[in-house]
Amino acid sequence: MEEKTILERLRKEFPAGVKEALTSLGDEVAVIDKEALLPIATFLRDGPGEFKMLLDLTCVDYPGREPRFELVVHLFSLSRNRRLRIKTGIDESDLRIASLTSLWKNADWLEREAYDLFGVRFEGHPDLRRIFMYDGFEGHPLRKDYPLRRRQPLIPLKE
Amino acid sequence: MTEEKRRRPPAGQFITTQFNSLLGWARKFSLFHYPFVTACCGMEYMSAACAHFDIDRFGAGWTRFSPRQSDMLLVVGTITHKEAPVLRTVYEQMTEPKWVIAFGTCAVSGGIYDNYAVVQGIDQIIPVDVYIPGCPPRPETVLDGLLKLQEKIQHQDHDWRWKKKRS
Repeated sequence: MEEKTILERLRKEFPAGVKEALTSLGDEVAVIDKEALLPIATFLRDGPGEFKMLLDLTCVDYPGREPRFELVVHLFSLSRNRRLRIKTGIDESDLRIASLTSLWKNADWLEREAYDLFGVRFEGHPDLRRIFMYDGFEGHPLRKDYPLRRRQPLIPLKE
Repeated sequence: MTEEKRRRPPAGQFITTQFNSLLGWARKFSLFHYPFVTACCGMEYMSAACAHFDIDRFGAGWTRFSPRQSDMLLVVGTITHKEAPVLRTVYEQMTEPKWVIAFGTCAVSGGIYDNYAVVQGIDQIIPVDVYIPGCPPRPETVLDGLLKLQEKIQHQDHDWRWKKKRS
């Protein structure tokens, strides 16, 4: 099975980096170590997997869990028609993680989104600033501890 | 005078009216509208504006894409806090006299978006004359709202000396 070989190759290449490798709902999932993100992503893009396309990069907040945040990266291999999901935990005390902009150009805006809404700092990003919210907005609104109705209007509102 | 003549007086006769009422009649049938379209309600706006429902039948067909040439602002869709200063600037740039229609639930009250990003009703930013509910409203509802605005304009106290009203 080709699906298994990619995960097995990944385990063989990065025995310390890959924490868990499983198949979920037909997709391969690799839970990896935060420090190993960049080498593993480079291997997946340039290695036998040929994951040349970054489909999505986003973040999930699990309050009360350690580590609190989880970065989720979806990759797609055009030549093999396969998908792969990478998950990495990010602890609240250290929100830095390697940027994937050097591998996939479209990671630029996706990482800006994750930075804007969750506050994850991508090391090596060329232009890490907010993409949705405006300058002067305080906090990161998709974190679960951001108050639901805390609004930060730019102009005074009438009641 | 026969019944037919009473209903349709021949040309050359005159009617008596008040100037305010005449001005209201003229203004309600020459609405130049500016569509401030931000969301899915825009589809219903297009439907109401184009041939099937045709707001031109009611004298509001002249769509202007400059706020300086328009006197009816249609706020169609969700307004976020990021966008609020833009909407207010557009409103301030419009010529007097001007009217505002809140088109759809999001513009009226924020709709389902009760969160950090969305203004809970555009009347927190600019004055609104007519609220059209619906998510999105049907074109018939839009036409009904337009008729309500026309009725309002007809019976409004018009400042025909072009002085700015003191609020």
